[in-house]
Amino acid sequence: MLRYLARKIVVYVLTFFVAVTIDWAIPRFMPGDPVEGLLARMHAQPSAEEALSGYYTQAFGFDVPIWKQYLNFWAALLHGDLGRSIQNFPTTVSELILGALPYTLALLVPAVLLSFWAGNKVGAMAARRKALDNTVLPVGYVLTATPQMWLGVVLAWVFALTLGWFPVSGAYSFDLTPAWTLEFAADFVHHWILPFAALFLVAFGGWAIGMRNMIIYELESDYSNYLTSLGAPTKLVRRYAYRNALLPQITGLALALGAVVAGAIVVEIVFSYPGLGTLTLGAIQNRDYFLIQGIFLFLITGVLIANFVIDIAYVLIDPRTRTGMQGGR
Amino acid sequence: MALSRQRDVGAGAVPQAGLATIGGPVVTAEPSAATGGAPAPDRAPVAAHRSEFLYFALRNWKFVAGLSVVLVFIAAAVLGPVVAAHAPLEFNGPTDQPPSSDYWFGTTSFGQDVFSQFVAGLRAAFLVGALGGGLAWLLGAVVGFTAGYRGGAVDDVLNMLTNVVLVIPTLAILIIVSAYMNVHSYTVEALLIGLTSWPWAARAVRAQTFTLKTRDFVDVARLSGRSRRQVITSEIAPNMSSYLLMMFILLFGGAILIGASLDFLGLGPATSVSLGLMMNSAFLSSALVLGSWWWFLPPGIGIIGIVGGLYVMNVGLDEVFNPRLREL
Repeated sequence: MLRYLARKIVVYVLTFFVAVTIDWAIPRFMPGDPVEGLLARMHAQPSAEEALSGYYTQAFGFDVPIWKQYLNFWAALLHGDLGRSIQNFPTTVSELILGALPYTLALLVPAVLLSFWAGNKVGAMAARRKALDNTVLPVGYVLTATPQMWLGVVLAWVFALTLGWFPVSGAYSFDLTPAWTLEFAADFVHHWILPFAALFLVAFGGWAIGMRNMIIYELESDYSNYLTSLGAPTKLVRRYAYRNALLPQITGLALALGAVVAGAIVVEIVFSYPGLGTLTLGAIQNRDYFLIQGIFLFLITGVLIANFVIDIAYVLIDPRTRTGMQGGR
Repeated sequence: MALSRQRDVGAGAVPQAGLATIGGPVVTAEPSAATGGAPAPDRAPVAAHRSEFLYFALRNWKFVAGLSVVLVFIAAAVLGPVVAAHAPLEFNGPTDQPPSSDYWFGTTSFGQDVFSQFVAGLRAAFLVGALGGGLAWLLGAVVGFTAGYRGGAVDDVLNMLTNVVLVIPTLAILIIVSAYMNVHSYTVEALLIGLTSWPWAARAVRAQTFTLKTRDFVDVARLSGRSRRQVITSEIAPNMSSYLLMMFILLFGGAILIGASLDFLGLGPATSVSLGLMMNSAFLSSALVLGSWWWFLPPGIGIIGIVGGLYVMNVGLDEVFNPRLREL
């Protein structure tokens, strides 16, 4: 088990290293001079350009040898210094990201966990039950093929603008400030439901289909046939099949994290939800490169941590990884 | 997740389960004549195999339904721009018009024809899917076959590379690359997508290669002095062709979804037309608040149609190739 986790940690450390290197290398090795490119796209006034050019050269640290730039980048990073935002100068990138993070987590974590739970349950129920299967399968495939931002727009159109049940945008009403009060909590949930639903529904479709397919395989396997021939009740056979089918689904959860994060980014934009996604859009539109680089590192770190949590969960669930016999991923 | 469709394929990319979401254990994937509808026995084996495939494929409603939907959208992408009466980026129509006989899908608040944008966007989606999905398929197959067949140190290095690229969220890396690099064409966008979305495919192919390479017919081929590449292309790959086909379909759909998200974020080619860009401009122009449903509904329906059609077709194919999955 320790060997299994140790191997995983090596991959994660290496990934982090690669991610930081990409983050450092892209502005430096992309064709063309990044500072000139930045200024050209900013359409700044000629008088401002010189000052900006000097600022960027210094801020990127272009005035020292390349190996030193790399070491400086790591040193700054390990001190938690991701630079300063351009659009919200002089706020630091770390401050902006930490301010947005709670909103993204509030959307992502429940959406991931609840969709995984509900999708697996429904998918397991649907497998090999004709009437249910014929509804779950098409609905699941339509949901999983839906771009989250589009579903968000449609939900906002139907439930917010047409029916007026929910607010169209934001994480709370303008006349409130975030506080630990019941009034704020209720308002927050009211704003949270639609973006959550957009993320939940798309992910739900994928899990339901995955589980439905897995269960069919398990029900066809030798141990299921053996149990059935012994006269075991269907319910029991299905329960064993479910447990075995859940393992690959957990692996799938780790693999799906990147897509889930991507979904959260676009859904937040649709609802102007003040999380990392909306921050990303602002950064892209304002060419706020330090902020983009900071968000990139943060997303990857988050995904790595989540992967590690899933690995531990896997060890807890699959006894084979614990005894070191086989299994694992 | 695909977005990949990583979402769906994610659940499938599991070596030990034999990638159940996209295909069963390959060895059992040969449809046996005993399951019914035996083809004429006197035909050549290849022809018999093909007609048997068609026999089951055309009787599988999932395959037929999925394929039909995809074909409708392909036809729209091919013929649409020819029959469209207006250029997609022309600004001279009436603004915010609901669908009419002149503007079939209505107009945008800039006076552009939604129908011609939609069909041009379909073309872009198929281009991104084919190129991005194709490149990811190629990379996944090459890495997977090499790692699985050679094993040892080569496998260790390739597997590490696969795992690293796998963990980095595709969209995050595409955001940072596209932010610095001005993406001017869908070809570039598709290549970027292809370069980042191959890892799960490589893992799946590697796992399958592992199980196939210890078989006798592979040993015979190796002993008869065939080169590594020949053994892979003539002995291993044909035995997992159904698998490779389904992998391509999923990568194709996944590339379209990722491309739509990138365009929606404004990171795609800005002076062109795509379904993601349509959503982007509809959203930024508050088509929602203005009630211009004819503007923001079509691009999403197009994507769901293509990607959903491909996925449903894929389940159908799975049942065609793997008799155990067929409805009893």
